[in-house]
Amino acid sequence: MLRKTLMAASAFALMAATSVAQAAEIKVGFITTLTTGAAVIGNDMKKAVDLAVEHMGGKMGPLDLEVIYADDEFNPQKGKQATERLVKRDDVDIVAGYIWSHVLLASKNVVLDEGKFLLSANAGPSPMAGEQCHKNFFSFSWQNDQTPMAMGELLNQRGVKSLYVIAPNYAAGQDMVAGAERTFKGKIVGKDMTAWPTQKDWAAEFTKVKAANPDGVFTFYPGGHGPAFLKQYEQAGLTGKVPLYSVFTLDAISLPLLQKAGMKSAMGTYMTQFWVQDLDNAQNKRFVADFKKKYGSYPSFYAAQSYDAMFAIKAAVEAVNGDLKNMDGMRKAFESADFPSVRGSFKMGPNHFPIQNFYAREVVADADGSWTTVNRGVVLANHQDSYASKCNMKM
Amino acid sequence: MNYVLFAEQFLNGFQLGMILFLLAAGLTLVFGIMDLVNLAHGSLYMLGAYFAATFSHLTGSFVWAILLAVPAMVAAGIIIEMIALRTLYARDHLDQVLATFGLILFFNELTRIVWGPEGQVIPLPAYLDGSVALPLGIDYPVYRLVIIGCGLAVALGLWVLVSKTRIGMLIRAGSSNREMAGALGVNIATLFTVVFGIGAALAGFGGMIITPITQAEVGMGEIILIQAFVVVVIGGIGSIKGAFIAAILIGVIDTMGRSFLDLLLLFILPANAAEAAGPALSSMLIFILMAGILFFRPQGLFPPKGAR
Repeated sequence: MLRKTLMAASAFALMAATSVAQAAEIKVGFITTLTTGAAVIGNDMKKAVDLAVEHMGGKMGPLDLEVIYADDEFNPQKGKQATERLVKRDDVDIVAGYIWSHVLLASKNVVLDEGKFLLSANAGPSPMAGEQCHKNFFSFSWQNDQTPMAMGELLNQRGVKSLYVIAPNYAAGQDMVAGAERTFKGKIVGKDMTAWPTQKDWAAEFTKVKAANPDGVFTFYPGGHGPAFLKQYEQAGLTGKVPLYSVFTLDAISLPLLQKAGMKSAMGTYMTQFWVQDLDNAQNKRFVADFKKKYGSYPSFYAAQSYDAMFAIKAAVEAVNGDLKNMDGMRKAFESADFPSVRGSFKMGPNHFPIQNFYAREVVADADGSWTTVNRGVVLANHQDSYASKCNMKM
Repeated sequence: MNYVLFAEQFLNGFQLGMILFLLAAGLTLVFGIMDLVNLAHGSLYMLGAYFAATFSHLTGSFVWAILLAVPAMVAAGIIIEMIALRTLYARDHLDQVLATFGLILFFNELTRIVWGPEGQVIPLPAYLDGSVALPLGIDYPVYRLVIIGCGLAVALGLWVLVSKTRIGMLIRAGSSNREMAGALGVNIATLFTVVFGIGAALAGFGGMIITPITQAEVGMGEIILIQAFVVVVIGGIGSIKGAFIAAILIGVIDTMGRSFLDLLLLFILPANAAEAAGPALSSMLIFILMAGILFFRPQGLFPPKGAR
């Protein structure tokens, strides 16, 4: 009798223990690119998420935190499959990440149809900010057009009257150019849209720049093209003659490589971004210092966004005290954006995209001689994207 | 001012042509003599770039990097020929395309495993890194002049090799009529290995000298391979002279198209239509040229004598 009771009791205890363990855990699926050449970006994001988990002590509110990483292989189909595995097999509570707009657009319904939260840590395609905005989708980065719009404004502020544009001829390249053209008030004296990704030699374009002799060159070359562009800019003798302005071309991932290769033409160039690593707030200081200590390099803006997304989730979990079923409560917390962000305080717009500052960044050498960027002031304050008015959020 | 711009663009086109020539020379030899469609020729271009980048890191010298990487590429070419390609000679072209496409995937993945996903750079010594004043008031990058010089030197060297030496005679014989050369006692297997080694070194050399400009990257060879095939077809399969002239032709036309086509289109189209059509049309230009030449001279501009 006693034995039976004991066994039953221990069985109950065991059941209770497992059910407690289940309830007391939050699983976050994090999708990024961990293979192909773009893995350098994905790895930087993963590092930031790992650091966030460490800073949280592995807990969000009362819940234990588990992050499951998945690789989109820089491919919309693969990204969608990875999302399906996270949502269906791993049964994660929240899906976050996504570098690429096309991967996000292909994968979003997998998450949203299951009634789960989807948080972007980079991609900000215009449909998601406008007609396809969704109550359970939040961006913790920016809408694609905002950064080049800030660049157009920076060019005005720096007195650039004549501008030469060189950018790749594909969707993002055209968007970046259109964004800058929307705010730039001077004259565009030349524009070359180059074959993407095949063209990596700009001899012909730089020759034309020299002939046009503009006040500035605006460019956008993500990934491996950026360093090659700069190298040739220098070899063509344009460095120091025509100032270079760029978006998404130089970042904390490419600058150390450029420094190693001695490409001085990057020095002193300007870019625009929603965040700079020397922003003066406690969360950012801790993030940048610990990232540097742990990994030996400055975090990229991709890392900053990923770190922010994790802290946004933490704030939402704390707001509902670990009750993940309380979707409305969590949504309210995401909408309030009331969490310590590395970009300082910002508001979440009605389309669930941030309303935030955009800064001018200049490439400089830090006290140790490592190349990085510093804040050169706000270019656009509390800027909202142009698609928010098209969003009709269904609750 | 305008003719200076024109002259400078011509130099740019000439420089692109030199790189295309280095790739196409090996391709046309392998295709013409060995009758092998080698899609993986671009992988050799990539391997050359990575070899040179590694040697450049190890020795800290650009010149040593090239001097070490070229023999390494000959060795790599010979090894690849002996292990992977020998079995393909008897097969038809489709099998060769499939197998060498497999080699592309293999080399891309191998490169990613060995060197990592991020690109490799080769720093230039200070005396090559800058621009120099030429007559007519042209300010031109020194290194691009070096590339032009290297291309011309290799072309001269190949001409001497092919037309003045015994091995060149065998190559010409193999190019004209492989079976007959074999029947006359030429060791075709060894000849093929040597030819492939030379082709690998040429492609690798092209990859090496372009890397200080563009960076070594996984998949860099496939992009330029398409243009190199255009060069081979226009020049005449198996003809080094044809490859040389066609490479310069393609390089100059491609560069001129990129620079001036949108301005020319302005005469017949409204501004924003010209702006959109310019890049599209200029990237098609060399293929239009190839189609035209194939129509009038299907054997190419300079087919080797006696080729069928």
